[in-house]
Amino acid sequence: MESMWMTLSVVVYLLVIGYLGYRGFKATNNVTDYLLAGRKTHPYIMAMSYGTTFISTSAIVSFGGAAGVFGMGLLWLTVLNIFCGIFLAFVFFGGRTRRMGLRLDAHTFPELLGRRFRSRFIQGAAALLIFVFMPLYASAVLIGAAKYLAAQLAMPYETALLLFSAIIALYVILGGMKGVMYTDALQGTIMLLGMTALLVLTYRALGGVSAAHDRLTALTPLVPAGLAKGGHLGWTSMPAFGSPLWWTLVSTIVMGVGIGVLAQPQLAVRYMTVKGPRELNRAVPVGGVFILMMTGVAFLVGALTNVYFHETSGKVAIAAAGGDVEAIIPMFIKASMPGWFAILFMLTLLSAAMSTISSQIHAMGTSAGRDFYEQALGFGRRKGRGGMLATRIGVVVGVLISVYLGYELEQAFGKTETEIVARGTAIFFGLCACAFLPMYVGGLWSRTITRAGAIAGMLGGAASSLFWMLFFHEKVSTALLLCGRIFGVRSLGIRIVEGKEVFLKAGPFIWAFVDPLIVGLPVAILLTVGVSLATRKFDDAHLTRCFGEK
Amino acid sequence: MLGIPDPSASAALALCVLSSLLCVVWGALKWNADDANAASDEVVRHWAEEETSVENEL
Repeated sequence: MESMWMTLSVVVYLLVIGYLGYRGFKATNNVTDYLLAGRKTHPYIMAMSYGTTFISTSAIVSFGGAAGVFGMGLLWLTVLNIFCGIFLAFVFFGGRTRRMGLRLDAHTFPELLGRRFRSRFIQGAAALLIFVFMPLYASAVLIGAAKYLAAQLAMPYETALLLFSAIIALYVILGGMKGVMYTDALQGTIMLLGMTALLVLTYRALGGVSAAHDRLTALTPLVPAGLAKGGHLGWTSMPAFGSPLWWTLVSTIVMGVGIGVLAQPQLAVRYMTVKGPRELNRAVPVGGVFILMMTGVAFLVGALTNVYFHETSGKVAIAAAGGDVEAIIPMFIKASMPGWFAILFMLTLLSAAMSTISSQIHAMGTSAGRDFYEQALGFGRRKGRGGMLATRIGVVVGVLISVYLGYELEQAFGKTETEIVARGTAIFFGLCACAFLPMYVGGLWSRTITRAGAIAGMLGGAASSLFWMLFFHEKVSTALLLCGRIFGVRSLGIRIVEGKEVFLKAGPFIWAFVDPLIVGLPVAILLTVGVSLATRKFDDAHLTRCFGEK
Repeated sequence: MLGIPDPSASAALALCVLSSLLCVVWGALKWNADDANAASDEVVRHWAEEETSVENEL
């Protein structure tokens, strides 16, 4: 019976979203309509549009599940999400990005960087990085939603993944890829309702806020031995400073996503679609509260699932979920929440996935067609000479790779107590930070960053980050096997001493657990600044075009 | 604080709320602040023309 209501709700939801998308498409089909729509855009709608693009099933299901393992330390990610992802992003990056985007007539993130530094190479290389690595992030979104669908409808994961991919494809065909702000606003409102209900119902079930936290603290002696050995001190505590778990939580999950959000291609373009800084300022309070209610609630509830599972099954969350981190939240909702909430949460996740995936598809398509094929390679700059075909091929290939990764990653890591989706998301965010953030910041604020400096920073940051991923970062280098095949050890941060693995350390740094961001971002900053100091500056005419008159 | 004994974890919870409050206060203070360096209507119209064509192509 519940499955029938769930199916019916999804169908009605898709029809409403499809109708709103169609209305939005018809209403903004020419320039005047587009400008009028932009000028009428309410700050609530702008903030919801940005927020739903930012927050996906990965944040709710997967990072929520990670909180079931790591505990409330994950709330530091919410702090960075709000402070960097909303406050810094809207107040400092938003206005400048929008002004420069308009002056340079840039419509994608690679195009903004390419025109700021007068480099087709930068535009093409940035597009290639986005196109190659965005599917990893898109697959994270798909996995999060498919896991929930599989748990709720008691179907195999593979079937749920295909079903969800088909729903997404239908949504895209219906015009969802345009990312119409009104559909985003509806989706954001559903997400807000769903997460508010989740917070209230969870605390009510566990006896109130302080009582629930007290009960979670009391479970500290039950931390699994493997996690305790890694530095876990309980679900209401941060891991021990400098321990492997601390490095994973702080350097990969908190900093990777928290800092990487500032250089996300699909988010940066959102600044350009608002009328002006007044609308950006007005979107800040809505965005701040929205992110608090999305990630803050997901992480609190994720940690508190340990209390529920312990009291109902005698096991902590990760054990109750059979080692499947992404199954923690879906299992908790299926077991503890009323039937109506399971339907509301299903719509919440559909909304989160659709709005994020539509922007990811948009970024993959424009990266392949407009930025790489048309601009970097120089083909089809005249209308109708293959640019549209390249964009469509880019969209199809990107989606197929995302679905394939969604299947393969689950096969490889699904039951291994590895928070693979959270890590996959963090890898993409971290790589974007290393490759783009120094030149993006330099391009927006400094007149002295040169083309050579920007290229050196982007290539150096991306290369050092990828090198660290392949050869040092234990989880990734072990999974990708390359380090083992070349050097006979699964990470260069590990030495074999008398047949046993020993992790190399330098002070608090355990190299095998230090995230690529910690290495790649400083390398990128040093290269961007250092090379810029030694190379020729842009002429005043170009700088005036970028920044306006002094 | 609120049953969370570890100061670094309770600080994270407090900062989540405070950073949201910062956003709310900022929005309230800057509700009507506008941009002195806003782009001209002509620049905006030109940009919107190209944006519409990108969207329609997609």
